[in-house]
Amino acid sequence: MTHLSPEQLAQAAIRTLEKTSETLTPKERMAIPAQEMPTQDPAERRSNMNEVALGYSPEQARAEALRCLQCKTAPCIAGCPVGIDIPGFIQAIADGDNKKAIDIIKIDSLLPAVCGRVCPQETQCQAPCTVGKVLKSVDKAVNIGRLERYVADWERENRLIEIPAIKPDTGKKVGIIGTGPAGLTVAADIRREGHDVTLFEAFHKPGGVMVYGIPEFRLPKAIVQQEIDALTAMGCELKTNFVIGRTRKIQDLLDEDGFDALFIGTGAGLPRFMNIEGENLVGVYSANEYLTRSNLMRAYDKQRADTPIFDSEKVAVLGGGNVAMDAARTAVRLGAKEVHLIYRRTEVEMPARVEEVHHAKEEGVIFHMLENPKRILSDEKGWVNGIECLRYELGEPDDSGRRRPIAIEGSEFEIDLDTVIVAIGNDSNPLIRQTTPGLETNKWGNIVADENGKSSIDRIYAGGDIVLGAATVILAMGEGRKAAAAMNEMLANI
Amino acid sequence: MNKIREKKQLSETVFLMRVEAPLIARERKAGQFIILQLCEDFGERIPLTIADADPAAGTITLIFQAVGKTTKKLALMNAGEKIAALVGPLGTPTHIENFGTVVCVGGGIGVAPLHPIAQAMKAAGNKVIIIMGARNRELLILENEMRAIADELIICTDDGSVGRKCLVTEPLKELCEQDPKPDLAVAIGPPVMMKFCAETTRPYSVPTQVSLNTIMVDGTGMCGGCRVTVGDETKFVCVDGPEFDGHLVDFDNMINRLSSYKKQEAHSCKIGLEGDSQ
Repeated sequence: MTHLSPEQLAQAAIRTLEKTSETLTPKERMAIPAQEMPTQDPAERRSNMNEVALGYSPEQARAEALRCLQCKTAPCIAGCPVGIDIPGFIQAIADGDNKKAIDIIKIDSLLPAVCGRVCPQETQCQAPCTVGKVLKSVDKAVNIGRLERYVADWERENRLIEIPAIKPDTGKKVGIIGTGPAGLTVAADIRREGHDVTLFEAFHKPGGVMVYGIPEFRLPKAIVQQEIDALTAMGCELKTNFVIGRTRKIQDLLDEDGFDALFIGTGAGLPRFMNIEGENLVGVYSANEYLTRSNLMRAYDKQRADTPIFDSEKVAVLGGGNVAMDAARTAVRLGAKEVHLIYRRTEVEMPARVEEVHHAKEEGVIFHMLENPKRILSDEKGWVNGIECLRYELGEPDDSGRRRPIAIEGSEFEIDLDTVIVAIGNDSNPLIRQTTPGLETNKWGNIVADENGKSSIDRIYAGGDIVLGAATVILAMGEGRKAAAAMNEMLANI
Repeated sequence: MNKIREKKQLSETVFLMRVEAPLIARERKAGQFIILQLCEDFGERIPLTIADADPAAGTITLIFQAVGKTTKKLALMNAGEKIAALVGPLGTPTHIENFGTVVCVGGGIGVAPLHPIAQAMKAAGNKVIIIMGARNRELLILENEMRAIADELIICTDDGSVGRKCLVTEPLKELCEQDPKPDLAVAIGPPVMMKFCAETTRPYSVPTQVSLNTIMVDGTGMCGGCRVTVGDETKFVCVDGPEFDGHLVDFDNMINRLSSYKKQEAHSCKIGLEGDSQ
């Protein structure tokens, strides 16, 4: 596919708008071409950390907004985990009223600049879109995520972000453990009710996976910082370098430190390994470690950062999710000559976003489908020098509904490598459950919470990946909102 | 918080700092460590053992050897200055009980993390025999502090400038040969020394605890950079450890993993401290 510059795309949108009349029939709306996201040139972006997707021009946003049919049934809203009034905000963009558009989004979503970038819209709001259905491709659905991002960026770039109104002080004190999407959402909702909020973060920077996991080229850290700044401006207190379970235990916060309620949003940050031979050789990383070094510790900035990262020539990334794409594309940017992505099913089953897979391919990542490592090979010094894989074929569907990959016996082959990054998933961190007697968890170590996010211990709520297992930013936010509502109700009655 | 209250130079390259950290001082137990950062934007996170703590004064004591970029920069800081970030206490505390006779073996800077453990072992009613090793007299640290705890103190130097001229494994072997032999050995020091301590006690079946000093990033269990092979299992030193059964640790793999960034570290030590070459 040829790469079109942002200017070319904006010009095309202007021509489209010139041809559209005041009143459009549904047929005319669907004839408007879906607006492509302007991106950095693939050849150029391979060697920088800057954001790849550049965002719509005002003309592109308007052209895209005009594609929405304003369905009475609005199936898109049901596809959004927090139920944003999607036709409402898109109509406002079409009318040229960006302020109204962002105000509509903010009724339901607190992180639109983040969610517009990282949500898997093709399986959420955009999946049931009527336009996509009629045009027989989810790729042709209205680009809701890009429009959400457009208005959130417009608001930020024009310095129009307003600090929400805070109700009078209630004197009640709430602790939020973890500053990822769930924690930030809960903090805002609870602070608005006039309660005192303290955020606890184990790392030296808040933001959770948005800061240590998702790379700068997909989610600029300045955008996350803006969200944190808004919370501190609202009066939330932030304590970084504070590990709940070690620096202070949950029960002590309730019994001794005067907290009336706690929300646990510590996520799923424990990397899973494959338990194959050679996994502890020098040069084998969890994706968490690789991405933390690069993103949070800024190891990519070799001149300034003290944290080193492996100088890799040939890298294999194991897995097919967004974390695998992020790790592979980070390795490309750190200067690896070859990056292989190894996944045991086919591209159709990949949990990664279609857009990220597309970007990874454009950047030269080599995709190996229906292959899986058997063992990691070592040189005489105990450093990685290759990987032995098996070829796979797809069998019958398993419990997850995906066809089960089956190894083809005798199909072993080797790839020469010096680095392996394992990105096959995360489990929940055990620290809080190990140090909090009475806190009920399930067999995967996730905290058991009712539909309002209440845990087995009074006044303790939980949400996000620590309850759901590794999921998405927007689901964590949705869980957080429900828990915050329940917490506010509980606090009003004590 | 994090203000340096006191700084002492213990040997040519080893420094002691007493740092304000009231929350860590209150919660910490023997065997635990902190992660420290000198700059939150570009600084690296390094683990250091808590050598001592004074909850009443709200301070913890760190003892470190200036060997790399961050520790050299830290060594240049003085009382009154603040450390950008300190997080802890981290790791699983040492299992302390009355075992009977405990022989504590410390090599080089490893005497610092050994100190709170020896202290706690003594407080639990054990007979504590301490073996301290260093290359020479100048590199020996905490001699008085350890003497105050020990029922018996054995000093070894490579050059014989003080104590016996031998490796720490020699008196350790002698103790294992005695009847009754020690009930527990605790060895902390360079990986090679811990490996050979474990090899020394193995034939005598003296249970041997080692405290592993692997590469770490977060120190809270979310990356696995610190992982080691213990028996047939992979363990994370920062949450499952830092202490493990020395007879089950794959030291060769651990030593290899410690060399992962040799090239970058050699480079960054040079570029980091131009002003430090006098």
